[in-house]
Amino acid sequence: MTDTQLIASSALKAQARALTEEELREIEHELTLYPDKRAVGLEALKIVQKHQGWVSDESLLAVANYLEMSAHELDGVATFFNLIFRQPVGRKVMLFCNSVSCYIMGCEKIKARISEQLGIDYGETTADGEYTLIPVPCLGDCDRAPVMLMDGEQQRNLSIEKIDELLAKRAIENNSGSGIRQ
Amino acid sequence: MTDRPLTKNIDMSREPFNLGQYRHAGGYDGVLRMFKEMSPSDVLETVKNSGLKGRGGAGFPTGLKWSFVPSGDNAPKTKYLVVNADEMEPGTFKDRLLMEGDPHLLIEGMLIAAYTIQANTAYIFLRGEYLRAEALLRKAIGQAKEQGLLGKNIQGSGFDLEIILHTSAGRYICGEETALLNALEGKRANPRAKPPFPQVSGLWGKPTIVNNVETLCNLPGIIRYGVQWYKNLGKGADAGTKLCGVSGRVKKPGCWELPLGTPIRELVDDLAGGMSGGYELRAFLPGGGSTDFLLPEHLDLTLDYDVIGKAGSRLATGTMIILDDQTCPVGMVGNLMRFFSHESCGWCTPCRDGLPWVDSIFRRLESGEGKDADLQILTEHLEYLGPGRTFCALAPGAMAPLGSALKHFREDFEAHIRTGACPWQK
Amino acid sequence: MAKISVDGIEYEVDPDNNLLQECLSQGLDLPYFCWHPCMGSVGACRQCAVKQYRNAEDKNGTIVMACMTPASDGSIISIKDHQATDFRSHVIESLMISHPHDCPVCEEGGECHLQDMTQMSGHNYRRYDFKKVTHRNQNLGPFIGHEMNRCIACYRCVRFYNDYAGGEDLAALGSHHHVYFGRHEEGTLENEFSGNLAEVCPTGVFTDKTFSAHYTRKWDLQTAPSVCAGCGVGCNTAPGERYGTVRRVVNRYHHDINGYFICDRGRFGYDANSSDQRIEVARFRHGQESQFNTLSALEAKRQLNAMIGGDVIGIGSPRASLESNIALRDRVGVQNFYAGFSDGQFNCLQEVTKSLRETGLVCPSIRDIEQSDCILLVDEDITNTSARLALAVRQASRSAATELAKEARIPLWQDAAVRELAQNTRSPLIILSPQGTRLDDVASELHLLRLTEQLHLLQAIAHVIDPQANDLDDYSEANSSLANNIAEQLCRAQRPCLVSGISAESPALVKACTNIGKALRAHHSKNAESPRPIGLCFAMPEANSMGLALLLESGGKSLGAALQRLAQGNVDAAIVMENDLSLRVSAVALEEALAGQTPLLVLDQQHNSFNAKAQLLLPTASVFEQHGTWVNYEGRAQSSYQVFRPSEGILPAYEYLSITDPVQQCLVSSELIIQELARSDSRFNSLTDLRPPRTGISASMKSPRQSHRYSGRTAMYAQAHVHEAQQEQDRASSLAFSMEGVMLQKDASLMASPWAPAWNSNQAISKFQEEVNGELKQGSKGVLLCSRQSNASPYERFDIDSEQKLACFAIAHLFGSDEISAQAPAIQARCVGPYVCMGQSLANALGIRQHGLVQLETATVRVQLPVIIRSKIAQNCIGIYCANEVDKYALLNGKVALQAVSEHESHIASSRAMFDLLLIKDALRGEA
Ligand SMILES: Cc1cc2nc3c(=O)[nH]c(=O)nc-3n(C[C@H](O)[C@H](O)[C@H](O)COP(=O)(O)O)c2cc1C
Ligand code: SF4
Ligand code: FES
Repeated sequence: MTDTQLIASSALKAQARALTEEELREIEHELTLYPDKRAVGLEALKIVQKHQGWVSDESLLAVANYLEMSAHELDGVATFFNLIFRQPVGRKVMLFCNSVSCYIMGCEKIKARISEQLGIDYGETTADGEYTLIPVPCLGDCDRAPVMLMDGEQQRNLSIEKIDELLAKRAIENNSGSGIRQ
Repeated sequence: MTDRPLTKNIDMSREPFNLGQYRHAGGYDGVLRMFKEMSPSDVLETVKNSGLKGRGGAGFPTGLKWSFVPSGDNAPKTKYLVVNADEMEPGTFKDRLLMEGDPHLLIEGMLIAAYTIQANTAYIFLRGEYLRAEALLRKAIGQAKEQGLLGKNIQGSGFDLEIILHTSAGRYICGEETALLNALEGKRANPRAKPPFPQVSGLWGKPTIVNNVETLCNLPGIIRYGVQWYKNLGKGADAGTKLCGVSGRVKKPGCWELPLGTPIRELVDDLAGGMSGGYELRAFLPGGGSTDFLLPEHLDLTLDYDVIGKAGSRLATGTMIILDDQTCPVGMVGNLMRFFSHESCGWCTPCRDGLPWVDSIFRRLESGEGKDADLQILTEHLEYLGPGRTFCALAPGAMAPLGSALKHFREDFEAHIRTGACPWQK
Repeated sequence: MAKISVDGIEYEVDPDNNLLQECLSQGLDLPYFCWHPCMGSVGACRQCAVKQYRNAEDKNGTIVMACMTPASDGSIISIKDHQATDFRSHVIESLMISHPHDCPVCEEGGECHLQDMTQMSGHNYRRYDFKKVTHRNQNLGPFIGHEMNRCIACYRCVRFYNDYAGGEDLAALGSHHHVYFGRHEEGTLENEFSGNLAEVCPTGVFTDKTFSAHYTRKWDLQTAPSVCAGCGVGCNTAPGERYGTVRRVVNRYHHDINGYFICDRGRFGYDANSSDQRIEVARFRHGQESQFNTLSALEAKRQLNAMIGGDVIGIGSPRASLESNIALRDRVGVQNFYAGFSDGQFNCLQEVTKSLRETGLVCPSIRDIEQSDCILLVDEDITNTSARLALAVRQASRSAATELAKEARIPLWQDAAVRELAQNTRSPLIILSPQGTRLDDVASELHLLRLTEQLHLLQAIAHVIDPQANDLDDYSEANSSLANNIAEQLCRAQRPCLVSGISAESPALVKACTNIGKALRAHHSKNAESPRPIGLCFAMPEANSMGLALLLESGGKSLGAALQRLAQGNVDAAIVMENDLSLRVSAVALEEALAGQTPLLVLDQQHNSFNAKAQLLLPTASVFEQHGTWVNYEGRAQSSYQVFRPSEGILPAYEYLSITDPVQQCLVSSELIIQELARSDSRFNSLTDLRPPRTGISASMKSPRQSHRYSGRTAMYAQAHVHEAQQEQDRASSLAFSMEGVMLQKDASLMASPWAPAWNSNQAISKFQEEVNGELKQGSKGVLLCSRQSNASPYERFDIDSEQKLACFAIAHLFGSDEISAQAPAIQARCVGPYVCMGQSLANALGIRQHGLVQLETATVRVQLPVIIRSKIAQNCIGIYCANEVDKYALLNGKVALQAVSEHESHIASSRAMFDLLLIKDALRGEA
């Protein structure tokens, strides 16, 4: 590729998408809370992620344009934080605590069970796009270890049985819904 | 009067107090009296005299810290109060309890702190995963606003305060106060050089105080009941109470409010119910993942900053992690090293490149492929990543469990190398 | 001054600096990475650790980072302490854990700061035996190579690129040991100073891609001190040659001018030297013959001599050396010597030289500009015409931050802390411009005004500052409050500075700016206790614009006059030296002149449409291939030394033009020409001091252009000759084309490429500075030719053209507007085709959409050009970028009629493609 083409192709890829009205409204609200536009960068990415599931290049550019900041700088922020997903994730993200108290309480076995049941390792998403398993540092629930945060809900005192139960429930939901969802 | 000022309203089996209930229990009384009767410098004196030390980990006297904020006519008009609610220290689960259990206590504490340093804007920097705390705090802030406890000219005092809740996106380093400020400004959360200290040039270059949630939750009691009451709460040299937690293989893991100076044994054996059946206590980290291991012989020490300091560790967050006899100490420390290595911000060399090496060595040790030289390299890293060597305290914190583990569990390390396997893995 | 003790020895140091900087200033060796002499400290790399002791009794001490510790009085430190050395070797060891062992194939090898520091820190055995972290590299465009695996995360790149140079498309990404320095997506680095990354990066992550394409080790390069010919700033450079081609250009420290940084035109334009447009042999044709004969240099010179007879006129050139212009002038006689400027520039330059000489104002150096606390930037798009000036203006905007930091007692070297404290506090930078500029992000005010409006405003400002300046009663209300406001800021400033230029070719503009300078001086001589330095400078488009202007000061004649003589046909021959006249006048005017059929004798470096018409065409040496003297915008004359001998057919223009007998091969030296000028013309007296005096050893021994380690000399041409090639002799300077001679240790007078024991990278420069960031030891700063007399000359009078319906202004581009560098392939990849830009309302009126075509028509030309609709552009104004293709003088001096071209009529698909590129760049920059 010549440089001209290269720039052109990257410019194409970097096409910003339009932010949705909802996203804009939420971002605008954040803007009222900080004296500096740039401060809202991370919040805005989180808002986008809440609505889109992850932060695509198109979204990143949209936010950068909106906040009048460099997309490169914003990506520097996005890639710094653990919980900004720059790749698509499953519909349900399992934030699995693998820190010390959970370790002592046997989280590795729980993790092995999840991997076995879903066929995914840390950082991976099930083929059906349902689950993504991500390790996170201590979730601050050490007295009820092992724990994970799934779908906004803290799942505590995890055991193999509890995992099986959780996943079985999901499987049922999935199956019953499968007729509706393509 | 109470002897559990932090948790007296807390009952996790129900919703936390709303504003009405909180006020009914005497909440905000102290603050309202403060507005009427105390000048900011009076409050500062009171907090200084109370002997309150920061509960975020470093134990720095709170009043002293506040006194570095410029005051008077020449001081900058804009100042900030920032609440450090990023609780991500492994094994630490105390601030969550306070925020989920009694959010108005924190707001009241913030009012006191903000008034003292004359900050009109306060940010709560909350870790993103604390979803319930987020919801509860939002609600509580909303109530307080509605009732004129936040906003302009609070209760006719002439003092304004707006509280803004900021949720983070998961980085341990954001708990370091200057990294936190960068994160709040929307930047990469690398720590800042000190000096200049945030008290002088902090958030957006303005004087800023960063305090831990628990620290701030101590303030309403101090204002309401006075210095003497607060000092009397402590059983030893330190004033006040402290949230203390126990996690690991104990019968009843949990978090309790105890007077500082309480013997550790009371916490572990009485409150946490002692070790679970079939497990022996081998050692414990007294205050979260960045503290040195203490041994069973230390159980009779009291929960005091100095006492634990003299024993070679730190009280820090006061949430202890118990290592039992059936958990591999190498595995446990390896777990911590992986955490610290991953959470290094990547700014300074020793931490960014030293921790991954340490982490790699641990993985090798655990898999039984460790070499004798590995222990030498680990030992060297203790000094290389020690206090003053790195840009912030993350890496030295990581070296605390490592150093003490190498000292106390040397044989276990050697066994891994000698036998080519982890003795705990059946 | 403070006293500190380092390893038991006392030193006198500056307490306002940090320990690292002061140790280096003392010549001590202390390793570092993240610190940079002009970007301060951030304490990231931890490489500069030393032991500090509280007092004489303290035997333990503590490890501190020297770069983060003030050099306060009484400090006791040790560099040698074993705990400190131990720590430093650990730092290197861990920096290296993921560093590839690719030194043998790494472009940085041999001049790598990381290699040096590794040696210095004593780490030489790899213990780390795990997998290294690896990264994917990015294509960063034609200038900069990217090899992220070599990164040691010192953060210097982003600190330079973003914080210092105002770039936006490079960032630190990721975290922990996966930090990554690059763009969020692959693509060309847009900042005009991106090339400095290759020098700022202490290892081989960011490299000069053009250099890599024809790579040579630093020690195998033949180098000489040179001066950039890209524009009129006169940055000092160190070009490197091997096998007869220039391989790269790097920055050469000059305390008052470029410091540590040059722009990308200066760095990457060198490849024009070996472009296929280069004229390599002389050629000649008889009369009207179309066939050329080629000639050897000797024959060519004889032919030239033969053709010079009778009435011959000479047209000089602002891009030729002073020597060549003198030689031409002397050859044809003063009465027949004509300026090679466009007439507009010629008129401006007469005003500029007058203003330099007579106003007593300061013509600020780049360093002065950096320290100014209030800048009024008028009309000139300096980023595109004199880029290094723009970088200085950007730094000046931080003066207010400096003041704040001083108040808050934050040391200025605490880079991040000072930025944090200051936030967006900036010193006044007031920009008057017909369109938005690359400095807008640091401007305190941007006023989009066409030239005539600017002139009115400038008059009003001068009037407010000193009512004597002009009797003004007709400026509008709006102007008056604006003028008051700007005047007030200028008056308040301690070091105010006016920056403008001659791109608009408006003598009135020069006068208007000068008047403000004079008014300020008058104001302060009345009101202030201590006189303030008031800066006034004009950016110069070419390397010797000022030199030629000074030469012409005593009765020079314009190009227009020369063309008239040619048109009349009463001249026997015309010598045109290094000048493409088609870029100086309209095509019609040039045609008329050439219609006179006067034989054209042209000396030049590159083929172009104009010199294709020459009867005799002589290939001349480039800046790299001759000794030359160049006078920058300040009137500062500087020497450039020949880096290498050009191929046989090529001579410096002044050698062709000398009258000496070519048979004797007694070539004139530039030094002789300069000395003669200095002797014969009092205005140039000071030029006697231009070259460093040859004293001591240097009087008898020459200084080598090649390093001690220059390799393969005996075998270099082995494929062609059995004998080792004979060393070229340089009779014209104190430098030798060889590795023999005296390396002038600690003497920077003839040094191109700094080297000191243990310091192989450009960081060795500190060994040649009086102190870090100080003057070079024995370095030549050049000589200032314009004595600044403070005789208060009267205010200038001028007329302002009446407002036209539509005003045109010329747009310049850093890559493209300079004809020589535009021949370099890398620069070409960044060039865009001609276009027109206008505001939305005008576009609407014309019915033109973004990227549509517009037809421009004057009495003599008609062109169709693509349109860029800009948000930041003055009302009723169009900007035209001619790209050296479109007839600029026909368009700008004529009355232009505009008309939309319907979509399917677009004739210029090719320029359209180039144009797309520009649009995309604009889009990425957040415009459009
Ligand atoms: C790596 C690191 C992480 C930290 N994390 C936290 C945290 O999550 N919460 C907290 O309150 N303090 C944390 N701290 C301590 C803070 O930097 C700071 O000392 C504290 O917020 C001050 O509050 P205090 O004076 O009320 O204790 C951390 C420090 C370091 C070095
Ligand atoms: S010790 Fe250094 S790399 Fe580690 S977290 Fe602190 S500043 Fe970042
Ligand atoms: S040079 Fe001092 S820490 Fe990098």
